[in-house]
Amino acid sequence: MVTAWETAASVPDPELPMLTIADLGILRDVREDGGAVTVTITPTYSGCPALGEIAADLRGRLAAAGYREVTVRTELSPPWSAGQITAEGRRKLAAAGIAPPERRGPAPERDGPVPVPLRVRCPRCGSADTRQTARFSGTACKALYRCLACLEPFEHVKEF
Amino acid sequence: MDDDNPYDLLAAADEDHRWAFGTGFADPLAGVGTAIPAGVDAAALAGQCLALGDDALIYSHRLQQWITRAPELEEETALANIALDLLGQARMLLTRAAQAEGRGRDEDRLAFFRDEGEFRNVRLVERADADFAELVGRLLVFSAWRLALMRGLAQAPDPVLAAIAEKSAMELAYHRDYAAGWVIRLGDGTEFSRAKMQAALDTLWPLAAELDLGGEADAFLDTVFAAAALTRPAAPPLATVAGKSGRDGVHTEAMGYILAELQSVARAHPEARW
Repeated sequence: MVTAWETAASVPDPELPMLTIADLGILRDVREDGGAVTVTITPTYSGCPALGEIAADLRGRLAAAGYREVTVRTELSPPWSAGQITAEGRRKLAAAGIAPPERRGPAPERDGPVPVPLRVRCPRCGSADTRQTARFSGTACKALYRCLACLEPFEHVKEF
Repeated sequence: MDDDNPYDLLAAADEDHRWAFGTGFADPLAGVGTAIPAGVDAAALAGQCLALGDDALIYSHRLQQWITRAPELEEETALANIALDLLGQARMLLTRAAQAEGRGRDEDRLAFFRDEGEFRNVRLVERADADFAELVGRLLVFSAWRLALMRGLAQAPDPVLAAIAEKSAMELAYHRDYAAGWVIRLGDGTEFSRAKMQAALDTLWPLAAELDLGGEADAFLDTVFAAAALTRPAAPPLATVAGKSGRDGVHTEAMGYILAELQSVARAHPEARW
């Protein structure tokens, strides 16, 4: 028997399709009440255009699983952060060549107006000799890096 | 329905049919709760959300105009991302404004069917950037100011506005640092780049007076100017019209051109869906 949570958790993120919405940490809650189910999701970024697709996918999969009434709610608080990506999600990102967010302790002291980007390990060769080439990338949640050891460019999910 | 019209068929194929001009995907606050808590002045809340939503909507549109015109692909990606974040903030804020005013309008009605005098954005966001220095200078001033505002509003009595503000602040901190990096690079660069950056700030400063800079935002700007070897301009504020400016619906010449572009498709085809 597949639960409503498992069905909802199987929905892939449209922009990071190697992750499910559960891996990404944006699936907040699934409540069943008889044939009805209410799913709560949260956006990664305010302008995330994927949220509508995710809601449509949730409604489709849950309807196919036999739920007659599916409600998808948005929750804004507490806001999503990259720290909510699960261990499984981090593993899948790295396997797909995307550097997961660094786990960091307390924020480093800033001695200037602009924070220095953290050293990010290359997801292909593991070298820490990498350089940020752009603070933004193809989706809102990523930045662009280049590995100076293997020379490959790669994306990195920002610490946000 | 007319079966010969492919657009009707497309719209009927999916209950999630959308506005043709690109928004209205779904209520961005679906399930967040539409109630206005007791003790919150609904009219004041509507006004506050409308002003902050208009700032984000108009500035997002200006940033989008840089797409295909930025000097490098990396900067274009950055500007597109920042514009997208601001558009998301605008959608949530305009939706909340519509709920609070209770006149049956939604984010699309507010964005596409209001006239210039009904927009409440500050005049700084209307300006067309003359060059890249103006772009990053304005982004620095705007995001430093809005970040400080949103950090304060994270404690707002309305829980929906507070949640939008908390989320927005995380995004704005990133925008601000991006802009600061460029202002420092140009200000602390060559004599030519420093002159262009200083000229950009001098040009923008009369518009910054409307922003009620102070405290955190001012301190940040001073730190950046010091690191960039730039001088904080002392230009007098841009004149108002009988004491009225952007927040009162009195705008600069640039505003009409933006709205013409932003609203023309929606107004030509007000019921269009795809």
